[in-house]
Amino acid sequence: MTLAQNPVPATYLPSSRVPASRSHRRAAQISRTTMTRLLIALILIVEIYPLFWLLSSSFKTQNAFLTKPLWDLPTSLDFQNYSSAWTTAHLLTDAVNSITVTLSAVVFILVFGSGAAFALGVMVWKGRNTVLLFLVGGLMVPAQLILLPLFEIYYKVGVNDTLLPMIVTYIGEGLPLTVFLMATYFRSVPQELFEACALDGGGIFRCFFSVGLPMVRNGMFTVGMLMFFSIFNDLLVALTFNTKPSLSTVQVGLLNFDGQYGTVSYGPLLAAISIVIFAMLALYLVLNKQIMKGISAGAVKG
Amino acid sequence: MRQVFGNRKALAVFLVPALVVYVGVIVVPVGWSFVYSLFKGSPASGFSFTGLNNFRQLLDDPTVRQTLWVTVKYGLVMTVGQIVIGYLLALLYLFVLRRSSTFIRTLVFFPVVLPTVAVSLLFAQLFAISPQLGPVDSLLHSAAGMQPLDWFATGSHAFVVIVIMDLWRSVGLFAVVIYVGLIDIPGEILESARIDGAHGFGLVRRIVVPMSRPILMASMIFALNADLKVFDSILALNNGGPGTATTPLNLYMYQTSFLYNNWGYGAAIALLITALCLSVTLLVFFSLRRDLTKG
Repeated sequence: MTLAQNPVPATYLPSSRVPASRSHRRAAQISRTTMTRLLIALILIVEIYPLFWLLSSSFKTQNAFLTKPLWDLPTSLDFQNYSSAWTTAHLLTDAVNSITVTLSAVVFILVFGSGAAFALGVMVWKGRNTVLLFLVGGLMVPAQLILLPLFEIYYKVGVNDTLLPMIVTYIGEGLPLTVFLMATYFRSVPQELFEACALDGGGIFRCFFSVGLPMVRNGMFTVGMLMFFSIFNDLLVALTFNTKPSLSTVQVGLLNFDGQYGTVSYGPLLAAISIVIFAMLALYLVLNKQIMKGISAGAVKG
Repeated sequence: MRQVFGNRKALAVFLVPALVVYVGVIVVPVGWSFVYSLFKGSPASGFSFTGLNNFRQLLDDPTVRQTLWVTVKYGLVMTVGQIVIGYLLALLYLFVLRRSSTFIRTLVFFPVVLPTVAVSLLFAQLFAISPQLGPVDSLLHSAAGMQPLDWFATGSHAFVVIVIMDLWRSVGLFAVVIYVGLIDIPGEILESARIDGAHGFGLVRRIVVPMSRPILMASMIFALNADLKVFDSILALNNGGPGTATTPLNLYMYQTSFLYNNWGYGAAIALLITALCLSVTLLVFFSLRRDLTKG
């Protein structure tokens, strides 16, 4: 079911209204459309105006911030703020860190998670429900409960000055939800397909790679995206294991942005915020349909 | 067949990597945290055993009481806001906009994927009064003649900003989740209710809301669990200030552990957060489930 096609059955349309006098009905209808339009206008303003303000302010000079009225649009499209945000805020290093951490965590989450979900959803063995419950129980554990011990473990292993602590922590945190959702997807694949694969002489690995994975490809993509956004946008873990500036992720870098200057330089700060926000916005627009599909699958069938 | 799907070696290959990471990152640290909570100090300063002192301190600490209150207040206000606004938006999508709701749905949803830190820094600027009035104060000033208000000077005003910001950030998700739940209500039920004379508000109250109980319960549990763990947005917006007036437990735990280097006490606070989430989840689950069977 794709939400984009809007699967509202025709019966939702107000078909069998009690007939009222025509003028009365028209007046009611007009006021109703006006109300709807006002409501939509309000929603548009609330959602879009902050971003518009962000974008237009990000081109202003420091002087304009201090002296010109707020509503003034910037006089010229000056990319000075953007270049200084890019260089002084180490946005490039931060972005490389964020992408390295997020992508490697998501890949491992999907590899480990789909394997475990296959074992728990398709394979037949004693105690698989107990193990599933044990894994899904991790959903109840808040991140802050595991951070202190992890910090000490990573320190003792000697990896605390690398990106590894973040990657490993994100994998562990992402697994419960991934296994839960993927096991549901695997279970919804008709059992006969796996049986046919086994009858044709395929081993268990063949059945996993040639039948299982292709059948849950969409679900896997959705879970991967959920994980991508939540890891990329996370602050708590990234901040905890941020032992030196060269390990900053985008979120940590943004948080420390104005700390690097004596006075706040508003232009570069807003430019940095808008680089991050509009990059995510672009990614969201590209992936929008898949995200919506994933939410509906997770909410109803999960 | 049994040989293929009961293959022990394959089972190990599939399951062991995930289990090893899960046990190492989640299970062991949870147990370890219980041990920490009986100690005082940090790895840098060394630990000393204090028994249940951390928990005794938890009961006496006025900051814990205050941050707990901030957390609970935030959790309740946010959950109510997310569910009510999310529900109204879902009704708007389903009954008013109908087939043309895709665009609005996409638009209201997009803040969900934006990084919290970036959104917080943006809202700090929207509600700023220096170096000049931000958009919000300008609007209130020109529309309602209000005097400039320093939103981050008092706890109650800062709390308002936090709630507005986090609602802006999250209602789109709840709207879509509830919308998907509402689509599942069979069209025939709504149709027969209409024939029986139920329209507008009456239809929603008598038919739609009772029929969507399961999705409401799921959203409520999900919302409470996320809201009671609030951290990034407040840290980036105003760092829980002024003082600790808007500091939630989670932020207090972080400060206790890493700023004041008291890991044992930090672990005790983390356990309090866990207990809070768990008990609230069970409370919602059992109170709403009983309603369901009665219904």
